[in-house]
Amino acid sequence: MAAGETRVRGIHHREGMSNTAQLVDFPLRRPGQPYPPKQYADFRSREGLVWSHMPTGAKVWLVTKYDDVRAVLTDPRISSSPRHEGFPSVGRTGGVPNPDQVPGWFVALDPPDHDRFRKALIPEFTVRRIREMRPSIQEVVDHRVDGLLAAGSEADLVHDFTAAVPSLVISALLGVPHVDRDFFEARIRLLVTMSSTHDQRDQATREILRYLSRLILVKQKRPGDDLISVMLASGAMSLQEISGASMLLLIAGQETTANNMALGMVTLLLNPQWIGDERAVEELLRYYSVADMVALRVATDDVEIGGQLIRKGEGIVPLVAAANHDSSTFERADEFDPGRSARHHVAFGYGVHQCLGQHLVRAELDIAYRTIFERIPKLELAVPVEELAFKYDGVVFGLDSLPVRW
Amino acid sequence: MRVVANPRGCIGAGQCVITAPAVFDQDEDGIVVVVDERPAEAQLEDVRAVLDLCPSQSISLAGD
Repeated sequence: MAAGETRVRGIHHREGMSNTAQLVDFPLRRPGQPYPPKQYADFRSREGLVWSHMPTGAKVWLVTKYDDVRAVLTDPRISSSPRHEGFPSVGRTGGVPNPDQVPGWFVALDPPDHDRFRKALIPEFTVRRIREMRPSIQEVVDHRVDGLLAAGSEADLVHDFTAAVPSLVISALLGVPHVDRDFFEARIRLLVTMSSTHDQRDQATREILRYLSRLILVKQKRPGDDLISVMLASGAMSLQEISGASMLLLIAGQETTANNMALGMVTLLLNPQWIGDERAVEELLRYYSVADMVALRVATDDVEIGGQLIRKGEGIVPLVAAANHDSSTFERADEFDPGRSARHHVAFGYGVHQCLGQHLVRAELDIAYRTIFERIPKLELAVPVEELAFKYDGVVFGLDSLPVRW
Repeated sequence: MRVVANPRGCIGAGQCVITAPAVFDQDEDGIVVVVDERPAEAQLEDVRAVLDLCPSQSISLAGD
């Protein structure tokens, strides 16, 4: 048992704020490779959970063991809503937008409020629907590879490929004109960077919502076969809620997929024996778990997780990268090994908020890797891996650029 | 063994469909449908994996 705790009836209790002996600072600086932060192993080895100190001054529980992370993500006494006092924020000034500011940001809603959004959108993300989308994803990927090959023998794969593909796919799906890519990507970047100020986030949020509101008015008059039109036709959401839900889908569809794709390219270039093996996709999702600290929670009642008492109103950060590197669940968890069965990873979360777009992500990654390595077999890193620009300051882990040549 | 799904708990994550496609499907609303209630022994390993993979814990096995 760690110092600073007493054990009563088998449950850990904190002794109060005066004892900071085991208080850790969070977020940790991320390593590039190998990933994730090596302190996660130390955290997992401790009894109970890890009491930590956030840049905002708030203190939260870090959850790092696989079973504990799944328990947090399925406990009905633990909420996803920033409306509850004590809800954590990972950034220095903010994190999850408040549902009052962005109605329709349904990952920050609990059941039953959440369910109306999810139910309206599930039909568009089923295994079958995504399978039907594969030819159009293939077309997007082929077009980008044509562009790479036409431009010469070197590229920044992030700018020219891994950021572009998910952006093209999600904007086509939503019905957002891709000519406006620069506009919304610049604003999304502010929202997913931890060091952005409160004012920057606030302004970016307002601008994206204003843009989407105008687009929704156009779709009202001329519906298409896109997600915004589907949400309008469902009658399940107000116009403001559709703007918020669209903003969420735009960011979620872009950031996580793009970053996972870029990191996966590096790993496959370093481990070429796995190129072309379809099991690599699932293992890359587990290995990088780029949305490590995206699922923020707060206890709405006293609750015990992994032998630790969490008091009502205390913030909780389940770290999915830590859970996915828990060696009691995944043997030799820090090794990249597509030969293992990684299907039970929690990179997409667990519980009612598990990623709505997970089959789309899998399809995009599979098609992107398959196509790029087939069509550019001589692809290689143009700089040593240690010099790559990892996103140390990103809410989602990833790469800012990826210089390659062939 | 009989496969039982709880469509009211289902959140349409589709884990069942990609893990045991001979046993599970999604309807037009994306909600779980059991297409083979009494799968052959060979399928049961996949079905047992689904019990754990389903994020809303909406699948169970009945002994009848």
